[in-house]
Amino acid sequence: MSAGIHPLASVIAAVARGISGVQVRWAGCRREQKQRIYFANHTSHLDFVVLWSALPGQVRARTRPVAAQDYWEKGVRAYLAQKVFRAVLVHRRGTAQAGNREEARAAARTLIDRLAEAMGETESLILFPEGTRGTGDTIAPFRSGLYYLAKRKPEVELVPAYLENLNRILPKGEVLPVPLISLLTFGVPMHVGETEDKHEFLERASAAMCALRRKGES
Amino acid sequence: MITRSSGYLARQIATTHWFLHLEDPLQAWLFGGVLGILVLASTIGAVLQQTAKSDTARATIDNLNARMRAWWKMCAIFALTLLIGRIGSLVLFALLSLLALREYVTLIPTRRSDHRTLVWSFFVITPLQYYLIGIRWYGFFAIMVPAVAFLFIPTRMAMTGDTEHFLERAAKIQFGIMICSYCLSHAPALLILRIPGFEGHDARLLLYLVLVDQMSDVLQYVSGKLTGRHKIAPQVSPNKTWEGFVGGVLASTALGAALWWATPFTPWQAAGMSLVIALLGFAGGLVMSAIKRDVGVKDFGAIIEGHGGILDRIDSLCFAAPIFFHLVRYFFVR
Repeated sequence: MSAGIHPLASVIAAVARGISGVQVRWAGCRREQKQRIYFANHTSHLDFVVLWSALPGQVRARTRPVAAQDYWEKGVRAYLAQKVFRAVLVHRRGTAQAGNREEARAAARTLIDRLAEAMGETESLILFPEGTRGTGDTIAPFRSGLYYLAKRKPEVELVPAYLENLNRILPKGEVLPVPLISLLTFGVPMHVGETEDKHEFLERASAAMCALRRKGES
Repeated sequence: MITRSSGYLARQIATTHWFLHLEDPLQAWLFGGVLGILVLASTIGAVLQQTAKSDTARATIDNLNARMRAWWKMCAIFALTLLIGRIGSLVLFALLSLLALREYVTLIPTRRSDHRTLVWSFFVITPLQYYLIGIRWYGFFAIMVPAVAFLFIPTRMAMTGDTEHFLERAAKIQFGIMICSYCLSHAPALLILRIPGFEGHDARLLLYLVLVDQMSDVLQYVSGKLTGRHKIAPQVSPNKTWEGFVGGVLASTALGAALWWATPFTPWQAAGMSLVIALLGFAGGLVMSAIKRDVGVKDFGAIIEGHGGILDRIDSLCFAAPIFFHLVRYFFVR
C-alpha cells in the first residue's frame, strides 16, 4: 500500500486544526512513526479529522481512519475518504444485522480481516470503539472489534486518545461548527494481556481512555 | 433608512481613506519608539539571562524572554496591519474578537441547544459589527450589539425550547459578545472618527490607545514585581498590588502625556486620557481575572507564548477602548 501524501491532505489538516483550535498533549507516548492503533471517544463528525490532523505530517500519511461505509461512500465524501484520508470503510452494525450467531461471528471475522489487511506491516489506524457518536457526557461500552484486532496484531501499540469539546464544536445533527478550542490527549500505549479476556481488556481500554479526560480533574 | 441605500454605502466606501499615509512622520516616531523599547527590553532580558543565579530567577527570566519574543511578534503584526490601512486594522481586530470570543465561550458552560445561537454570534453578529465600522455607519455600529443582538440572543435561545438555566446562559453569551466583540471593536472604530484638524492621522490615535494601554499593563506588572507588597484583591488576582497599581498608572499617565504630540490632545488632555486608559485597563484585568477565578482557570488560552490567551492580553483594551472612543468623540468630534 503506497502512502503518497495527497496535496489536499495538509490543507484539510490545517483547516481542521483552525476550526477546532486543537491543543495536543502527548501525555504517554511520543509523536513518532510507529505502527499504532489510536482509539478515541466519539462525539462529532470532526473527531477523526481532528485526530488525524493533529498527527505530524509523516505520521499522518501512514495513519488510516476507520469510518462508516454508509456515510463516506458517495460523491465528495467518497473522494475524500479514499484519496485524502485513505479511510478504511466498514459496515456499521454488520454483526448486529446478522441473522444468527454463526453469521455474526463470520461478519466479525471479515471485519477484523479487513482491518488487519488494511494495516499491513506499516499503517496505523484511528478507530472509535464506541462504534457511534455519543453526546459527550458518557462513554458507551466498547465494541469488541478493538479486542480481536489487538489479538490479531499483538505487536502493535494501542494508544488511547481523548477528544474534548468536539461535541460542542460540531454536535450530532448540526451542520455549522462553532469554532471553540478543543483538547486532544494521547495516553500511554497498551497491549492486550496474554491471559486477559475480552471483557477485562475492553474495560481496561475504556478506563485508560477516560483517565485522559481533563474535565473534572482539578 | 432610505439614505442608507447601496448608493450611500458606495459613496462612503469611495470617500474613505482606506490606505493611510506611510510617510506620516509622527507615526514613524511612534513606531520608532516602540522599536526602541523592544530592543532595550530584549537586551536587558538577554543580559539578565546571562547573570541569573538561582533556578527560580532563571525561570522568571525565561518567562520574561518568552514574553519578549511574543511582544516582537505582536508588535510586528499590529504595525503591519496599521500600515496596510483601515481594512488591515479592521480585519485584525475582527480576528482578535473572534479568537477572544472563542476562548471565552470555550470556558463558560453552554448547552447543546445554544449551538445555533453561538453560530450566529461568531459568524453574523461579530463580523457585522466590524462591517458597520467599515461602512462608517456609526448609528448602527453603536446600537447593534447592545440593542439588536441583546434582544436577538435570548429570542433565538427561547426558540429552542430549552429553559434550563435560561437567564444564566443568555446573560453569559451576551456578556461575551459585549466584551469580545462590541467593546473591542471601539479600538479600530477610532479610525472612522473625523476629528477637525486631525484628518488622515487617525491611525496614530489607535496606535496611541494600544500603546498606552499595553504599556500600562507592562508598567503595572513591572512596578508590582519591583515594589508590590499590599494586595488589592488577593481572592481575584494575587499579582495585583497597590504599589504596582499606583506606580503603573502614574508611569503610563506620564508616558501618555509625553506622547501628546502624536494626538489631537494638549499635554494635559493627553495625561487625562492616559489616566482613564490605565484605570480602565486595570479594571479590565481585574474583571477578567474574576471570571477566570470563577471558572477555575489561570489563563483563557495558551496561544501567545508566556502571556496565555488572546483575551489575557487584550482584557485591558476591551475596557479602555469604548470609553476612550466616546471621550474622543464627545470632546473632539464636532
